[in-house]
Amino acid sequence: MTTMTDPPKADGFRFGQLINDTRYRSYTFQFIAIVLLFLFFGWLINNAMNNPVLQQVGIDFGFLADPAGYDINQKPIEYTSQSTHLRAALVGGINTLIVAVLACITATIFGVIAGVLRLSNNWIISKLMAIYVEMFRNIPVLIWIIIIFTVAANTFPAIQDYRGDNPTNTPLLGMFAFTNQGVFIPSLVFDGAGGWIVFAVLAASILGIFALRGYARKKLYDEGKLVKILWPSIALLLVPVALAYFLLGQPISVENPVMGRFRFEGGFLLRPSLIALWFALSIYTGAFIAENVRAGILAISSGQTEAAAALGLRPGRIMSLVVLPQALRVIIPPLISQYLNITKNTSLAIAVGYMDLTGTLGGITLNQTGRALESILLLMAFYLSFSLIISAVMNVYNNSVKLKER
Amino acid sequence: MSDTHAQSVAFVRDTEIPPSPPPARETGAIKWVRENLFSGPMNSILTILGLLIAFWLLSGLIPWVVNGTWTGNDIRECREILQGSGGGCFAVVAERWPQLLFGFQYPDYLRWRPSLAFVLLFLAVPPMLFIMFLPRWTLALSAVYPFLAYWLIWGGTILTPIFIALAVLFGYFTFAKIEKRGFVTGLLAGIVVAAAIIWVGGLVAGEFSRFGRLEAVESRAMGGFMLNLILGIVCVSLSIPFGILLALGRQSRLPIVKGFCVVFIEFVRGVPLITLLFVANVVLAYFLPPNANFDLILRVIIMITMFSSAYIAEVIRGGLAALPKGQYEAGDSLGLDYAQSMRLIILPQAMKISIPGIVNVAVGLFKDTTLVSVISMFDLVGMIRGPILSSTDWAGVYWELWAAACILFFTVCYGISQYSQWLERQLRTDHH
Repeated sequence: MTTMTDPPKADGFRFGQLINDTRYRSYTFQFIAIVLLFLFFGWLINNAMNNPVLQQVGIDFGFLADPAGYDINQKPIEYTSQSTHLRAALVGGINTLIVAVLACITATIFGVIAGVLRLSNNWIISKLMAIYVEMFRNIPVLIWIIIIFTVAANTFPAIQDYRGDNPTNTPLLGMFAFTNQGVFIPSLVFDGAGGWIVFAVLAASILGIFALRGYARKKLYDEGKLVKILWPSIALLLVPVALAYFLLGQPISVENPVMGRFRFEGGFLLRPSLIALWFALSIYTGAFIAENVRAGILAISSGQTEAAAALGLRPGRIMSLVVLPQALRVIIPPLISQYLNITKNTSLAIAVGYMDLTGTLGGITLNQTGRALESILLLMAFYLSFSLIISAVMNVYNNSVKLKER
Repeated sequence: MSDTHAQSVAFVRDTEIPPSPPPARETGAIKWVRENLFSGPMNSILTILGLLIAFWLLSGLIPWVVNGTWTGNDIRECREILQGSGGGCFAVVAERWPQLLFGFQYPDYLRWRPSLAFVLLFLAVPPMLFIMFLPRWTLALSAVYPFLAYWLIWGGTILTPIFIALAVLFGYFTFAKIEKRGFVTGLLAGIVVAAAIIWVGGLVAGEFSRFGRLEAVESRAMGGFMLNLILGIVCVSLSIPFGILLALGRQSRLPIVKGFCVVFIEFVRGVPLITLLFVANVVLAYFLPPNANFDLILRVIIMITMFSSAYIAEVIRGGLAALPKGQYEAGDSLGLDYAQSMRLIILPQAMKISIPGIVNVAVGLFKDTTLVSVISMFDLVGMIRGPILSSTDWAGVYWELWAAACILFFTVCYGISQYSQWLERQLRTDHH
């Protein structure tokens, strides 16, 4: 028995194999790619090192420890103009997060309402919602921010109108005063530690409600007993808090904005810039979320609804037990990217003077110190890490609702 | 028996009763209204609420538009004409229309050139959008258009765009000829030929700079809606090839290439466009050769292209992932190499799937071009916020100007998205 074919002759390594042999070609290409990459970045860095401006000032993050010397109009944490640039950046970062979180919540509300109503049988409502969605999706968000800022700063009455013995304007319900300097809303005043105790009781009650729901579900799945949880939940939410509130001598009070001699005293001021950014981002992104919600609901075939109806489920339960859990799987991934878009779009704050991170670190600090490279690097690092964190958290949630394929 | 029975019946009808019309409440408009608007208490409340909102919107909007004036040279004249009738002062739009479109630095007497380029756009775009209904040669119009538009808008000698066009053309021919001997070889040869033609062209254009000369306009002078259109069109067209490369790189089995593409895409998608524009404005100049003359608009184009190519790459990656594995294996089994199977089998199908996504990115990007107003470029938003609203003539005429901006953007974006939906329906038919 002779072998039909001779084994290939090991004739050593030829240079042509680097291109023509699939075993080596990938290494060749990667080697070329890495060399080109190094050359490109080397060229960029070489240009930077030879740049006369950069040679003069160098790269130095020391400016972050210098006093900032400018004031910030919305200070969630303690800040004076003597604080450092780092502190200013921190204030800006917190302001970014405030408006991002607020806008995410309201955008979801707007989006879900508009998305569901656009599917309504009611012709007028569905057309109104279609107009809302198309109008906001097709006009740049920057224009919306500026328009809403213009509304807030120009059409609301001046503070003087609320002043004097016969004011032309009074705060709405005695609580909300719309002025061209911003909207005054009531604020919560915590009276010492008691307020925090009431707050802690509230948090504990909410945890308790979740525990109750878990218990009811376990009972339902294990023993088939339906435990009614609506009234116990409401009781659990209200009773302990009310008890704590009155036992501790009403430590939390609502402080309405009251007209003083010249300006409103008490209450909390939402500046036009915050209102513009918050409202514009939520109504703009809400239009996108509405489309995602609509697509998610339409993606559930009508057979699912009919099957649930055939099993004898009531319409509310069909929605909550059959349609929504399936629709959420379709809705959540695009919703995550809309939240990321909101976070990134908060950087448009600079157009209306809201002091977010782009306004402090990327705006005034950059202009005052001239440290453009360092400021922008930090700015990008903040947004990048924030985006990555949101997408990581949301991916964990997404995996938990994902269809479990076996 | 039957006789008696017949006697007992006084009258037997032998013709059919003509069908009576359905009750009035079950036909026509009334039925429609009952079913669609007032089918239940909840629905009725919603309807009334909707009618109230619609009435409130229209009662504000209609008098403003109908009573508005289109004549007048400044806000005081406007107020005199309006006499407090609640109409809009649209005179500002009429008077500043050229500025809204072209910015305030583009020379008045040259405005016919971008206008002509804009009109020609309507000749150049349909072949790309509706190629299924048009003869193939019309695509040549689309191919010529970028060079013609560049010459019209920026001016200078016509030799520059001609030589760039020749370089592209001959580069492609060389590539097509040599491609049989290997994709990489063909690509390199094509690039060498194109570079040689551009080099020669640069010499010739420098020598005969008066040939076919239009008065040159600097990039700095671009503004208004024209700037938004230029940035949008240029950056989207440039970012499609980069997006394809990045998407292929991200799918690649080569770890270094893949790693670079993943880092690039995730980095760009993780930061706001505005920070990239800051980079273009203040930082990018550090990394470019000191004597190179990159003006702001070019730096902005570089950064926006980077930005949108990352997004387009993700869309195309979705298209690549949606293709069944059999398509890749079919390419391999035919003995095609990587470049061939991508070019002939994978990419045509993947691109077809990604078209709606790419159009969405394009619309988003076009809206995002307004962000350049933040780095003090005078696009449409920048023009309105800057020179027009701060002029003494028109200070305080917000609504009319912003309404004009909204209408311009809405027309373009809504048109594109309707086209994308139409195209989606066109493509769906042959995808089953």
